[in-house]
Amino acid sequence: MSPKEPPIFNEMLNGAEIRPGYQSLEKWYRSMPAELRSLKQSEAEALFRRVGITFAVYGEGGDPERLIPFDMFPRVLTNAEWRKMDRGIRQRAAALNAFLADVYDRREIIRAGRIPEHLVTNNEAYEKAVVGFRPPRGVFSHIVGIDLVRTGPDQFYVLEDNCRTPSGVSYMLQNREIMMRMFPQLFLENRIAPVDGYAGLLKKTLASVAPAKCDHEPNIVILTPGQFNSAYYEHSFLADLMGVELVEGQDLFVEGDYVWMKTTEGPKKVDVIYRRIDDAFIDPLCFRPESMLGVPGLMNVYRSGGVTICSAPGAGVADDKAVYTYVPEMVRFYLGEEPVLENVPTWQCAKADDRKYVLEHLEDLVVKEVHGSGGYGMLVGPKSDKSTIEAFAARIRHNPDNYIAQPTLALSACPTFVEEGIAPRHVDLRPYCLVGETIELVPGGLTRVALKEGSLVVNSSQGGGVKDTWVLAE
Amino acid sequence: MILNVRHVTRYLFDEPVRGIVQSQKLWPASCASQRVLSWAVTSEGCMRGAGFTDSAGDRVELASWRGPVSEIEIEVTGQVETIDLFGVLRDHREKVPPSAYLRATRSVAPDKGLRALSDEALGGMDSASDLDRAHALCRAVSAAIAYRPGETEAHTTAAEALAGGAGVCQDHAHALIAVAHVAGIPARYVTGYLQSDGAGASHEASHAWAELHVPTLGWVGFDPANACCPDERYIRLGSGGDAQEAAPIRGMVQGAVPVEQLVVEVVVTAGQQQQQ
Repeated sequence: MSPKEPPIFNEMLNGAEIRPGYQSLEKWYRSMPAELRSLKQSEAEALFRRVGITFAVYGEGGDPERLIPFDMFPRVLTNAEWRKMDRGIRQRAAALNAFLADVYDRREIIRAGRIPEHLVTNNEAYEKAVVGFRPPRGVFSHIVGIDLVRTGPDQFYVLEDNCRTPSGVSYMLQNREIMMRMFPQLFLENRIAPVDGYAGLLKKTLASVAPAKCDHEPNIVILTPGQFNSAYYEHSFLADLMGVELVEGQDLFVEGDYVWMKTTEGPKKVDVIYRRIDDAFIDPLCFRPESMLGVPGLMNVYRSGGVTICSAPGAGVADDKAVYTYVPEMVRFYLGEEPVLENVPTWQCAKADDRKYVLEHLEDLVVKEVHGSGGYGMLVGPKSDKSTIEAFAARIRHNPDNYIAQPTLALSACPTFVEEGIAPRHVDLRPYCLVGETIELVPGGLTRVALKEGSLVVNSSQGGGVKDTWVLAE
Repeated sequence: MILNVRHVTRYLFDEPVRGIVQSQKLWPASCASQRVLSWAVTSEGCMRGAGFTDSAGDRVELASWRGPVSEIEIEVTGQVETIDLFGVLRDHREKVPPSAYLRATRSVAPDKGLRALSDEALGGMDSASDLDRAHALCRAVSAAIAYRPGETEAHTTAAEALAGGAGVCQDHAHALIAVAHVAGIPARYVTGYLQSDGAGASHEASHAWAELHVPTLGWVGFDPANACCPDERYIRLGSGGDAQEAAPIRGMVQGAVPVEQLVVEVVVTAGQQQQQ
């Protein structure tokens, strides 16, 4: 470790002292014989295989049959810690939606000079086709996944926002399910806030944004690209939990003013579509003409108020990495509040001063592509050799607009099972915030853990695993 | 000027298809340079619905046919009163900010040739007005691409048309949009009708040109195929980032796609106002 790296915050241990919330887990771990541990570990894997949850999170690609490692040691957040995050996440989800409603309408934030126009209207994700259209309740992003990291007892940072179709929530639900099944005693000893209300809240949220002219209980469907998609398991899992149909593009058609689902009893009108397909593919008559995944004419019905699409087409303009820098400004501008959760300080290579700084400090920084995801196409300065850094510098100079840079954060670490027992490993957290008539958030989220010693990359495609996340009740 | 339009689009399939869905952008909006006196879009056997005015101010409707169907026809007839505003689009209600028309689609992506054409056309014009710069770009495209049908097809890009040196109005419009983008000028594709001769001859296609955004005037039409700005002989139908986005008809056939024959007939004549 180089001397300039700050100390890593250990979420369980403060020196020899055990932090609040972890006492019973520490005992649980110490009293568990090694044989039992490995038995339980294979039991957990068997359970995951049985339910079929073997997909890659966050659209990272990779082998869809691969099991993402599940670490049995839960991550614990105290009620006080969670209360602050809860406030910050709801605030951020509200501001992101206010931003979307604004940039597709009067563009006040641009007029006020708080964000440069070209970052918004010239953005690949800015959808001309929905300018001037107000979706039901003015909500564009109905499921907001906000990725958080921690560096100290009270230091939480937002790493990125996901306003389109964040995946991974099925892991949050299954991790809990499996922990409860394997270690019921832990759930008697600790008062852990439940997460199983998520599906009900998701359904309530989707129903609350049904089109104004829908005068009956809305018919909700989940639109999936199909079984070859890496998150297909999650699509069918959520459809099952909500008791709604899982459909592919070919199961739907438009006629007259509505979208219809083919059923054995004839066509049935569809009111709300929770789509897990990108904008570009949802309607070949509006976007990519060669797409076979979508529904021809869907955007016409959407624009004329016959169906609601969740998230709304165009929502992606709020979660771009260059726009991310301005989210704290959105909180102040639309809500008149100070942001509860901070952004990671970010340099934009598009700006000359920032670029100069970034190029001079590459060995200390993490550089990311503006549109990249999954931990690919990024440079982790402190972990890279000279030639890698030089090659990356050339890429930045060639196309500066495409890159942002952030300091390497000393991500907090949680106890994680390893060969020799337990050891601290870096973690992040993705809570899933639901926005409809109300803003809803189940306590916790999905904790990802970098299983390799010293690794900061929690992506499952690069050796990451998942953990159950506990928020302790008061 | 009073213009009468008859525009018929006929699709013939060699085998009946299971169904057809079309998004139609076939209704001109009234604005300072044109007043729609009458307009009708008719097709037999189709279900219409989901009508709305899109973000760019153009009326859009959905039409669908349940199969089996082996032939459909869309007939557009109407009468529009026009005046010459030198291409300036005024009193047209739309929501999209001009800056959203700086992004290139595949059809109008600039390459080396288009960049050079743009730079050359604007050489020495740094202090010229935005309008003069737009005119210079239009002249450059007219000169660089000869009007010659049959040299290009629907998917030809601006870069390919420029390299080939020949094309039709779609290629001219795409090339002008591309060179405007290179110069940092918002630009878009416009479809419409042109009364090109007095005899009322039938044409095999509707017309297309480009609009460039000039800060002092707003959107201004330029027709590089005819090296002019739209005048009273033009009817503006709809717009989009490129030909595909602006297309008067975007459709999809359900099931196996058979061989399709497309027949388009456009007649635009100058005439008297119909008796109401």
